[in-house]
Amino acid sequence: MKIKIIGCGLTKFGELWDKSLFDLSYEAGTEAIKDSSIDKNKIEAVFVSNMIYGKLSNQDHLGAVVASLLGIHGASFRIEGACASGGLAIHLAIQSLLAGTYKNVLVVGVEKMTDATSTEISGALMGAGSEDERRAGLTFPALYALMAKAHMQKYGTTRKHLTAVSIKNHFHASLNERAQFPFEVTEEKILGSACISDPLTLFDASPITDGAGAVVLSSETDGHGVFITGSAVATDTVDLAARESLTELAATREASRKALNMAGVEIKDIKVAEVHDCFTIAEILAMEDLGFCKKGDGGRFVAKGITKLGGKLPINTSGGLKACGHPVGATGVKQIVEIANQLRGRLGKRQVKDANVGLTQNVGGTGATVVVHILQS
Amino acid sequence: MIGIVSYGAYIPRFRIKPSQIAHAWGREASEVEKSLGVFEKAVASYDEDAITLSVEASQNALSSGKIDPKQIGAIAIGSESHPYAVKPSSTTVAGILEMGTDYFAVDLEFACKAGTAGIQLLSGFVSQGKAKYVLAIGSDVAQSKPSDVLEYTASSASAAFILGKDRVIANIIDFTSYSSDTPDFWRRDTEKFPSHGGRFTGSPAYFAHTLGASQRMLKKVKMRASDFDFAVFHMPNAKFPKEAAKKLGFTPSQLAPGLVVPYIGNPYSASSMIGLASVLDFAKPKDKIFVCSYGSGAGSDAFVIETTNLISSYQKRVKNTVAKQIKDKEYIDYSLIARNILTRYRI
Repeated sequence: MKIKIIGCGLTKFGELWDKSLFDLSYEAGTEAIKDSSIDKNKIEAVFVSNMIYGKLSNQDHLGAVVASLLGIHGASFRIEGACASGGLAIHLAIQSLLAGTYKNVLVVGVEKMTDATSTEISGALMGAGSEDERRAGLTFPALYALMAKAHMQKYGTTRKHLTAVSIKNHFHASLNERAQFPFEVTEEKILGSACISDPLTLFDASPITDGAGAVVLSSETDGHGVFITGSAVATDTVDLAARESLTELAATREASRKALNMAGVEIKDIKVAEVHDCFTIAEILAMEDLGFCKKGDGGRFVAKGITKLGGKLPINTSGGLKACGHPVGATGVKQIVEIANQLRGRLGKRQVKDANVGLTQNVGGTGATVVVHILQS
Repeated sequence: MIGIVSYGAYIPRFRIKPSQIAHAWGREASEVEKSLGVFEKAVASYDEDAITLSVEASQNALSSGKIDPKQIGAIAIGSESHPYAVKPSSTTVAGILEMGTDYFAVDLEFACKAGTAGIQLLSGFVSQGKAKYVLAIGSDVAQSKPSDVLEYTASSASAAFILGKDRVIANIIDFTSYSSDTPDFWRRDTEKFPSHGGRFTGSPAYFAHTLGASQRMLKKVKMRASDFDFAVFHMPNAKFPKEAAKKLGFTPSQLAPGLVVPYIGNPYSASSMIGLASVLDFAKPKDKIFVCSYGSGAGSDAFVIETTNLISSYQKRVKNTVAKQIKDKEYIDYSLIARNILTRYRI
């Protein structure tokens, strides 16, 4: 499979008081179209990824909203799969190109979260969980804290391993002017920070963020460039309690296997990756379930520095969800933009040398939906 | 020049700590005081309200200034907790102070800057020659929704400033304001408790207006932060004024003497005014004081004030300094808070 990424766009991620969802979509979409150098009239469909805007503001119908904002009158869709919405939108856009229905499409991932209270946000995000989880009063910090505790018990993962993920991602974000938190943090500060759900502290959790990302994808794949060569989705139970294991995302394993197979590469060929660190434990699980290291070794793997810029396998050079920010519907698209830019050699101080094969992993809920993409130049 | 002729502050005696409030609601108590920079707040008793608080502060001002209340030609009380929605607090206070009948009175509301708004407004009466002395009060028994984060800091206190042209102890060199329609904190009519916009109350609200007014003020008087001896800002917590001061170039030592929030919490309309009173309690002649309040909704009033030679003899007459009232305290538990809620809302 081969789909060309011909344009990328990304807004600043952060508390963007002055920007509405419409401003953000327009900004990212316009930047991607400009970057693609094709006329916007050639874009035949717009795939919009967004999770909670309808709940927070009562504005649904975002496919049409964003497409018409950009002056595009072809097909339009809104795609939702919790925090995996972005990855799913990319996957579905690819299907439309592979089917031959369209030749050039735009994917816009966007989320506007700061116009709601934190109570409203926590409640809205729990739409990604199960009815039983909502009734039990669980929120995502608590669900991931359960997974962290299980992992610490079974494999000896420590709080310092979790902290290492946060420190690394903040270091990467300090090199990314679009990141929400472009500054480093010390281990002391993290270990001393407020507990949100034991053992997770404030610095183990991704923030509330506004932002948008966009890519123009094309089935006209001749010439040089960056291509998506693998795109796979896998599903598991929404209810964490119904999973086979608390310490493994089976959907990550499955999606990764399928995507790598499609691309004809192995996990050891991956030079750079963006994974879904909604909480630090999630990055540790991702290292294991994607196959970068053995099950149980994720904490020690990160602590060794292998996944820091300069190491053998830089992960989350954007700063990840933790430090770049996590505007839910935009994250999956941002991951594609970051890896595409790595493969294009555009990232200056956070460029990974000779990056020619990359991977993105986007997770919905506690692992009910996982989307993996392989990119090659 | 128009200036402050005398002033008075009143801080209720009872204190409660944020950690006690957190404990009452079954919340994590250990980090609360540190993150807010507020260690305890002043709590009014169930027989106190914005009117009684105004009277206490005003009596202190009248006594320290040796001023005949009948010479006060105008009174304004700024508060978010006027006991009546319709029936002015100012005439009740004027009556208790025995101001007679020959005075102008008005009640003001603009969140936490209602008191300083009164200072700007009433100074006009003096400059127009319409009154020998005017009395501007900021007074609040601050309201917050029980269990909301605001409850940790919303407190009670009042400050009264008498302005005039002679016997001035501190000149008001100049003042200015910065305002915009920014709804960061509000209470709809008939609602019991206020609502707020969470993190929106920071950068687009407090900081935009405080920095806006302060920068305009400094430009207007052609002065820099380093030209001042003291700086006082509205204090919703300890973090915000420290950050605003830093951004404007004021040092921690310029800010410290007026930074009362760690000990009394945030008494809304009285906050920056008590900070100013606290500085005036020990300032030397010719000291320059920068003041900038903030009121949600939103706006900031900035002032450049300079003490005169008369301040030293005035200070000798002040019986109830801010420092003395901060020290005079008694700790209570959440039961008084609960009783106050029942009393105030007539539940």
